Amino acid sequence: MTDQAYNFAYLDEQTKRMIRRAILKGVAVPGYQVPFASREMPMPYGWGTGGVQVTAACLMPEDVLKVIDQGADDTTNAVSIRKFFQRTAEVATTEATAEATVIQTRHRIPEAALTKDQILVYQVPIPEPLRFLEPRETETRKMHSLEEYGLMHVKLYEDIARHGAIATSYAYPVKVEGRYVMDPSPIPKFDNPKLSNSPALQLFGAGREQRIYALPPFTHVVSLDFDDHPFEPSKAPHDCDLCGASESYLDEVITDDHGGRMFVCSDTDFCRTRREAGHVGRLGTPSQEAAE
Amino acid sequence: MNAMTETRPLLSVRNLTKRYGPRIGCADVSFNLYPGEVLGIVGESGSGKSTLLSCLAGHQTPDTGEVIFQTAQGPRDVLQMAEPDRRRLGRTDWAFVHQNPRDGLRMGVTAGGNVGERLMAVGARHYGDIREKATDWLGRVEIAADRIDDRPRQFSGGMQQRLQIARNLVTGPRLVFMDEPTGGLDVSVQARLLDLLRGLVRDLGLSVIIVTHDLAVVRLLAHRLMVMKSGHVVEQGLTDQVLDDPQHGYTQLLVSSILQV
Ligand SMILES: Nc1ncnc2c1ncn2[C@@H]1O[C@H](COP(=O)(O)OP(=O)(O)O)[C@@H](O)[C@H]1O
Ligand SMILES: [Mg+2]
Repeated sequence: MTDQAYNFAYLDEQTKRMIRRAILKGVAVPGYQVPFASREMPMPYGWGTGGVQVTAACLMPEDVLKVIDQGADDTTNAVSIRKFFQRTAEVATTEATAEATVIQTRHRIPEAALTKDQILVYQVPIPEPLRFLEPRETETRKMHSLEEYGLMHVKLYEDIARHGAIATSYAYPVKVEGRYVMDPSPIPKFDNPKLSNSPALQLFGAGREQRIYALPPFTHVVSLDFDDHPFEPSKAPHDCDLCGASESYLDEVITDDHGGRMFVCSDTDFCRTRREAGHVGRLGTPSQEAAE
Repeated sequence: MNAMTETRPLLSVRNLTKRYGPRIGCADVSFNLYPGEVLGIVGESGSGKSTLLSCLAGHQTPDTGEVIFQTAQGPRDVLQMAEPDRRRLGRTDWAFVHQNPRDGLRMGVTAGGNVGERLMAVGARHYGDIREKATDWLGRVEIAADRIDDRPRQFSGGMQQRLQIARNLVTGPRLVFMDEPTGGLDVSVQARLLDLLRGLVRDLGLSVIIVTHDLAVVRLLAHRLMVMKSGHVVEQGLTDQVLDDPQHGYTQLLVSSILQV
């Protein structure tokens, strides 16, 4: 097949309309999982085919696209999705969070505050937060429709019983506008507070599971917890060794085979922006641009 | 018993019928259950006991009939209730103990989580309180407190059944359905479970509908008895009367067959 055979952003208009309808429904019912007829995409499941379809249905020619995977723009997954849209939609791309109008992400929410002119698209592997304890889809659907969410707390109870604290650190369940319980995709729970009251539109796409859900701007999102074990967004108790940031989510990086390691911002754009502004961490060197 | 007083029935069943295609599950069943009463349903295998119980508990939809429950808001026909209300009833006022503990327990969840689930389902959000209640209930069903973080898989059949009972009773249900709760257990284990059940029924003043094919179980637990055959109720009355002076030929057979065992 040649590139000419592709429609703008790969999907045909019929499919985009179907996906947009699902997105609108998701926006109208925040946190509710809307079924959609997921299409075959020229990449394997697990590579974010749900997110890619949502992004394809949202993109306009004037959009500026950023793609991140675990906070970084340069991983294989991020690079290949970015290339895909460069080729099929010819949109401008960027690594700068502030410049992007559409951001597709896997496993992170950018550190920089998002704006009302941005759409954040999450890649979702398992959209159903109740599946851990209730594998039957007919039953989980009923539980959502009847707001029977006691089981979510059983999961958290089990965590505390086994580990002394809520050990769930990724895909930490949330309640949306006091109604639907939602899986925020495998972002670290550190990012959970950023889900709530964001000016940006947040869309979630699960390709293999054929579900789309959404958080419209300024949606109230609460992480589930117990009165005596309140939710705590945690991170490694360090500053970034490159930019010195104390409030960003950190990755631990092994630096040699003698036990050497460092902590660096997982959001590479955030880290670079800080270094360019002259911030220097424990192991960092002043950036060229900042020196100039 | 209360049956003779003016108390209103807790549960009033009228002309309940359930067919499976041309086959009769249960037919034209009517009875009253009064608060604090234990009603035994006996009959040979295939007589319609489980069908009746699952229709009462809302697990199956009967073809015709009424199941009127005395709710906090007054008498309501459970069969006419909206599903959310019926399900809420199922995890607050009602409890259901299955014959096979696997059907009534979450096998992948700890004993404490199993007991705590109903508490959390009705809004408990304090881990310490939930755990305390779970520990208390494990004690009441004679499961050592240090087993609270074990999963039911690690329990014997008798323990699993006791755990299922604790999980059901923790929210103080007003009506408990039990389908052959002692079935599938060794005789000595059965005896211990029966003893435990008898104590709980007495101490908590539970209202119970218990299905069994074992007349020894109803002799020990039930105030009143209903005998079923081919889906129909052929005889009902006070347990001792029915067992000691059976009127219906089928009941006479049933009673004599146990004597021969
Ligand atoms: N799911 C079903 N489908 C068809 N027939 C059933 C089903 N369940 C029970 N039956 C039939 O209904 C009758 C009553 O069965 P059941 O209520 O299980 O009796 P019991 O519990 O007294 O052994 C039997 O004839 C049985 O074969
Ligand atoms: Mg049966």
